[in-house]
Amino acid sequence: MPMKMRGTVWKFGSDIDTDRIIPARHLNTSDPAELARHCMEDEDPGFAGKVKPGDIIVAGKNFGCGSSREHAPFSIKAAGVACVIAKSFARIFFRNSFNMGLPILECPDAVDSTSAGDTLDVDFSNGIIKNVTKNKVFKANPIPQFMQELVRAGGLMKWIKKRGMV
Amino acid sequence: MTITEKILALHAGKKDVTPGELINAKVDIALGNDITAPIAITEFRGVGGKKVFNRDRVVLVPDHFTPNKDILSAIQSKAVREFAVEQKLTHYYEGGDVGVEHALLPEKGIVVSGDLVIGADSHTCTYGALGAFSTGVGSTDLAAVMITGELWFKVPPTIKFVYYGKLNKWVGGKDLILYTIGDIGVDGALYKAMEFAGEAIGRLSMDGRFSVCNMAVEAGAKSGIMEPDEVTRKYLRNRAERPPRFHFSDPGAIYESTMEYDCAKIEPQVALPHLPENTKNVTDVGNIPIDQVVIGSCTNGRIEDLKVSAKVLRKNRVAKNVRLIIIPATPSIYREAMERGYFDVFLKAGAVISPPTCGPCLGGHMGILAPGERAVSTTNRNFMGRMGDSTSEVYLANPAVAAASAVKGRLAHPDEVVKP
Repeated sequence: MPMKMRGTVWKFGSDIDTDRIIPARHLNTSDPAELARHCMEDEDPGFAGKVKPGDIIVAGKNFGCGSSREHAPFSIKAAGVACVIAKSFARIFFRNSFNMGLPILECPDAVDSTSAGDTLDVDFSNGIIKNVTKNKVFKANPIPQFMQELVRAGGLMKWIKKRGMV
Repeated sequence: MTITEKILALHAGKKDVTPGELINAKVDIALGNDITAPIAITEFRGVGGKKVFNRDRVVLVPDHFTPNKDILSAIQSKAVREFAVEQKLTHYYEGGDVGVEHALLPEKGIVVSGDLVIGADSHTCTYGALGAFSTGVGSTDLAAVMITGELWFKVPPTIKFVYYGKLNKWVGGKDLILYTIGDIGVDGALYKAMEFAGEAIGRLSMDGRFSVCNMAVEAGAKSGIMEPDEVTRKYLRNRAERPPRFHFSDPGAIYESTMEYDCAKIEPQVALPHLPENTKNVTDVGNIPIDQVVIGSCTNGRIEDLKVSAKVLRKNRVAKNVRLIIIPATPSIYREAMERGYFDVFLKAGAVISPPTCGPCLGGHMGILAPGERAVSTTNRNFMGRMGDSTSEVYLANPAVAAASAVKGRLAHPDEVVKP
């Protein structure tokens, strides 16, 4: 997983639930292309058609609340989104993102100071977020050591394989 | 320590744990369904997994899109079935044996007090009602547990919720939890354990307790839990497939905070679109006409829910142009409702009785909403587009309110329909 990224911001509000990220009517498949095509469709029907590889989602509090469907972070990743920055994440979404390798950061200040269309530089290894458009720098909440280890290993399954647990 | 910390410490092989600590813990039961298990199975095979850690402890319940709603869901169910057969899983259910997972597992005694349970379904927190630590995870976590029998956890801080006094008429577990979520918000217990206590909880049946713990996740919680008592013991008798372990919070246990509620002030609740925290007394919502009512789900599809629905619907008729869909959560609840004569009441009222399925709760099938339609539902989520089109609306309520609303064709209090 790349640790540094630059991308254009898509801004969303608070309590974006997993049904808005990927509605259950599309959960009869886990095909990445199909899930990407419907990412965020009830929230912003144009999103999946316009989002570009490397773009960044910035959202309010409790992003990804609701269901445990891993299809949610999966559809965001498959749509090409490089990173999600939010004020806070719902816990299953948080866990799922680390487990399947979608970089996410919690940083309320960066969310408040960032608008749709801004360009962000994100360094996942130290949590530094730079808003290039507005020339402001923020530091995200630190990621626990163990979770960094998971990300470095390439996700939970690779981590358990590496430890010879399979 | 709190009951949550005790269960986690025991499963991590430690004397004690503190909130924030990362632990690796042994899992007693790991659950997946027809939406989440297929991804877990692919991940399991992807890293070379050959055999699940224990064929008695991996439970697969295809309940979401079943009976299969389309070809793609049939393919997902088939993948689950083939894996269950290949791994000789003890607990795999389909056809006339399958029910909504969080009603089915306790009913069959698969989950017992003191267990550590993970499920690739967010409402896995339901089993906390038995005094188990139980939490929702994703498919990758499930795959890891299927291989190793263990998983990493961050020990959550606990908020204690104490309910004093007696419940008002028509108020049940569903109203307690909706009222609480309305108070603390959909992220009011984010990453935390909710411990439910107090005399009102003690007086709830197991069915009512399951409804409370079921919706802990709607406040963002990692888990909901209740200390076991005589009601729990009686429920587990002749049912538990393993010996239960009863744990209790120490008198000196440390809580992040304690919330207290006077049940005399809690009326039947309704959560308005599009978040479970948008709660009001049903008497305060005004005239809201509806198109559909759903009574069922892992929140409110148990026998006590059908009993109160039958009480409200007896000698009444569903309003013209309103569809009432009743979904007993498991085959044995279905049979019991039939034997008690509830089906006769439901059919006379003009209801549709569905086989057990999650179905409409997540907008899967068996009652999808058209643009602009409104439903009253005993389920757990009223997110935008949850039950169908993104312009449709879901109002969450208890079964008595749902049944009364079906009769009136608008959101209604049960007293409007049942004369004392």
